[in-house]
Amino acid sequence: MRGDKTHSVRALERVYRTGSDEVRALRGVDLDLCSGEIVALLGPSGSGKSTLLNLLGGLDRPDAGEIRFRGEELSRFDDRALARYRRRHVGFVFQAYNLIPSLTARENVELACDGAERPIAAADALGLVGLSARMDHFPGQLSGGEQQRAAVARAIAKRPELLLCDEPTGAVERQAGVQVLEVIERCSLELGAATVLVTHNVALAAMADRVLCLADGRIAEARRNAPRRNAADLSW
Amino acid sequence: MRVLPILQRKLLRDLRQLAGQAVAIVLVAACAVATAVMSFGVLRSLDDARAQYYERCRFADVFVSLQLAPEAAGEAIRRLPGVAGVDTRLVADAAVAVPDTEGPIAARAISWPERGEPEVNAIVLRRGRFVRADAPEVVVNESFAEAHGLAPGDRLELLLGGRSREMAIVGVALSPEYVYALGPGMLSPDARRFAILWTGRRVLEAALGASGEFNDLALRVNGSASVEGVARQVEAALEPYGAAEAHGRERQRSHAFLSAMFHQIAGVGRIAPAIFLLVAAFLVHGALVRLVDTQRQHIGVLKALGIGDARIAWHYLELALFLGVLGIAAGLAAGTLLGHGLTRLYAQFFHFPSLSFRHDLPSILAACAVSIAAMALGAARGVRAVSRLAPAAALAAPVPPGYRRVWLDRLVRRGPAGGATRMVLRHFGRYPLRAALTLAGLALAVALQIAMLFSFDALDRMLGFHARAETGDFEVRFPRVLPASAAGELARWPGVLKAEGWRVLPAKLGSGGHARAVNVTGLSQSAMLRTLLDADLAPVPVPRQGLALAGKLASLLEVGVGDRVTLQPIGSRVQADLPVARIVEQYIGLDAYMDLDALNALVGGEPAISGADLAVDPRRRGEFLRSLKDSGAIAGISEPSAVLASFRDTMLRTLTLIVSFFVAFAGLTAFGVAYSSARITLAEREREFATLGALGFGAAEIGRILSLETALLLALALPLGCLLGWALAWVIVQRLDTELYRVPLVVSAHTAGLAVLVVVAATLGSTWSVARRIGRMNLSAVLNARP
Repeated sequence: MRGDKTHSVRALERVYRTGSDEVRALRGVDLDLCSGEIVALLGPSGSGKSTLLNLLGGLDRPDAGEIRFRGEELSRFDDRALARYRRRHVGFVFQAYNLIPSLTARENVELACDGAERPIAAADALGLVGLSARMDHFPGQLSGGEQQRAAVARAIAKRPELLLCDEPTGAVERQAGVQVLEVIERCSLELGAATVLVTHNVALAAMADRVLCLADGRIAEARRNAPRRNAADLSW
Repeated sequence: MRVLPILQRKLLRDLRQLAGQAVAIVLVAACAVATAVMSFGVLRSLDDARAQYYERCRFADVFVSLQLAPEAAGEAIRRLPGVAGVDTRLVADAAVAVPDTEGPIAARAISWPERGEPEVNAIVLRRGRFVRADAPEVVVNESFAEAHGLAPGDRLELLLGGRSREMAIVGVALSPEYVYALGPGMLSPDARRFAILWTGRRVLEAALGASGEFNDLALRVNGSASVEGVARQVEAALEPYGAAEAHGRERQRSHAFLSAMFHQIAGVGRIAPAIFLLVAAFLVHGALVRLVDTQRQHIGVLKALGIGDARIAWHYLELALFLGVLGIAAGLAAGTLLGHGLTRLYAQFFHFPSLSFRHDLPSILAACAVSIAAMALGAARGVRAVSRLAPAAALAAPVPPGYRRVWLDRLVRRGPAGGATRMVLRHFGRYPLRAALTLAGLALAVALQIAMLFSFDALDRMLGFHARAETGDFEVRFPRVLPASAAGELARWPGVLKAEGWRVLPAKLGSGGHARAVNVTGLSQSAMLRTLLDADLAPVPVPRQGLALAGKLASLLEVGVGDRVTLQPIGSRVQADLPVARIVEQYIGLDAYMDLDALNALVGGEPAISGADLAVDPRRRGEFLRSLKDSGAIAGISEPSAVLASFRDTMLRTLTLIVSFFVAFAGLTAFGVAYSSARITLAEREREFATLGALGFGAAEIGRILSLETALLLALALPLGCLLGWALAWVIVQRLDTELYRVPLVVSAHTAGLAVLVVVAATLGSTWSVARRIGRMNLSAVLNARP
């Protein structure tokens, strides 16, 4: 189901400096993302997965190399332009959910749609993740799985072109995890978002079109799942 | 054994993390200690200086003025039980002419005993010597000598009893009766326009036509005797000689002004530190709760390592106390500096032989103890939370805060645009106490400024009042009552455009059980140069029948319009029963007014006047003053516009220093409160703000949420602060309401505006400094951190 190319990453490098210490988190990564494609990023802790995700999402800037989004180079964006990029084009799903605790599930979704061009109605987005009955609850009143589904609804409601999921099932039970992955899958297929799934869990990689294994800041292995498996069929 | 030093190292690092809040706490606590150290130190310095001065000069306990009494009457007083020492003397209003001043200057001439020093109310000779009994010599008060550059050996012209005489200055002195030297008709001390002279008894006797007689008596009372009891006996004994009320020190002008000032300083010393410490306790509360919250896991680890609850709790308490100690140290230093400054300022108005700033140890100890207690109180909640935190719970992730809808939600637009507002309102609903405390802190900062700044409004009102009430260029007083035609003669003097005579009658006014000895001024119906004003400063006519009473006098006599009072001229057995026709405004003294003709009719004899208001052609002012100087026909002169200008300058000099000091402190308080509140909000909601960042909200948009929270609290705090400030000003006005003077309660829009502006600026500044951190936030680090 691959569509047109959304992101093109070339020779990407990111170095973290703490005092005199240097940690080279990414050492020349090349990557293309296409709409409607699910890419799984696998790798041990410190391999550079989250760093790559942050750079793709415009939460961080590279030290060298380039990331192009529809031909425009992200590293040349100023803070305001980066914020606009995240607001219009990127949906995030975090392991820690990061819902706003003082807003209900519906309001969390509405907030994320502020400024979006053709957002899905908040109630519909929450319906997609099976939270219609609990959309007026506050995060503190939802279970971990429900909070993660609300976070997914928030990420997809703006119809993002890039959906970034960092360990989306890391903090939820298996059953809830499958539900979360199904929604991510639907978003990729039906909304045509390029989806990047960061995970420790090798079993999850089976739902991706492509699997990239990172080690020591480089893509050590790239493979294509043919055919990929549906999220509902995954087990771990 | 090594745990404690390690924890203390942690304490220092925690302080670095709390830097902004720690500085705010230290500064606000320092404000409290500085105010206490300054106020009570200055109070103690003034009080000690006064007590020593009074002791050294045998300052009297009872004072009485009369018409003329033989020395034998004085001897009779000396024999009264409870009397320790008596001074009988002659006192007269006079005028002096000195080379560096164009016109005559108001003066008070006091007789000096023929032999030795007076038994009471001795003076402190600063230079030269005392006068000889009948020589044309004077000793002058030090501030007058300094203001005119006079020294022993110089000469001045004394206009007394209708005669002009050249006198040699032989000494310069200070008197405990004139620590605060207020001349007749003056609103504040003005050394250039008021002189106190001591001259030989015989010189004054000749001028006043008194022989072996006195018109003023002061006495000291034995330690065991009742001042009030002795005063009543003295009054009875001297009543046949036209004695007005015999009064204690509390109605002696200089002493009463000093006491009123002490009362004010003590009030500031008690109220202001309490406000600052309340704010400091609030800041400590916020900082500690935030620190404990962010260090839950550290606390869990310390507990897991087996360090006891009490020791960990002490560690956090120690941090608050350490800040308190820093605040105390800074406050002591600042208070000492300010105390020295304020004492130097007071030394310009209060003339003591020696006045230097001294600390008041008991109040310093009390300020330190209360500051430490305030810090501990502020830390209590955080410290309790540390003790109560079970190690397992401390190591686990915290439960997300439970929010709920608040009724204000209904006011907010549905949909994404209202999201930020809803977040802020629900945050208030979740932490109402914190919001209330922040609001109260900001409101107090506004209130404190209004309570101080309104003094300028009150001053303006008082100046406006006097400028409207007294429109003449000069006021002259005659040595004795003169026929009413004297006003016509004055009108023919060079440069005089208009002369309006008036008569002052010292009298006792009574109603029910209340009585007061006051001056009743008879004013002509056609008077243009002196106007009675009501409470709204609108002119009211002189009543044709009955009396117009100053509001304070009416309240002391417990009478209102339509009630009747008895009027008995001092030294006379005549008694009149008069209605109260009007209540008029008066800020200084207690006076009554009536129609001049009615007053003359009451006293009997030919119509007379005791002084006049003059309008003088400004182009011929010099000519007028020279003729006045040469004539010697006046006992006193004052220039209302100069009196007002001097009052204004004096008040501005004192007020500007004290008020600026409090405005700065209040600004600091507002900054501290707003900074602390914003910093806590940022720490608590860092993850929310980072999430918003990830959702594509820019730093400015997120900063607006932080600002919105402060802005909403500010919007409530400002009107509340204005109301509270007005209430504080009211309390101050009540404290200052004395028989000597009253301060009007006026809070102008300008005052409220300035107080609001300072707090808004301080709040904006502090919120901006916190909001800047949002832009520097590492979004991915915050979002991927463990909750």
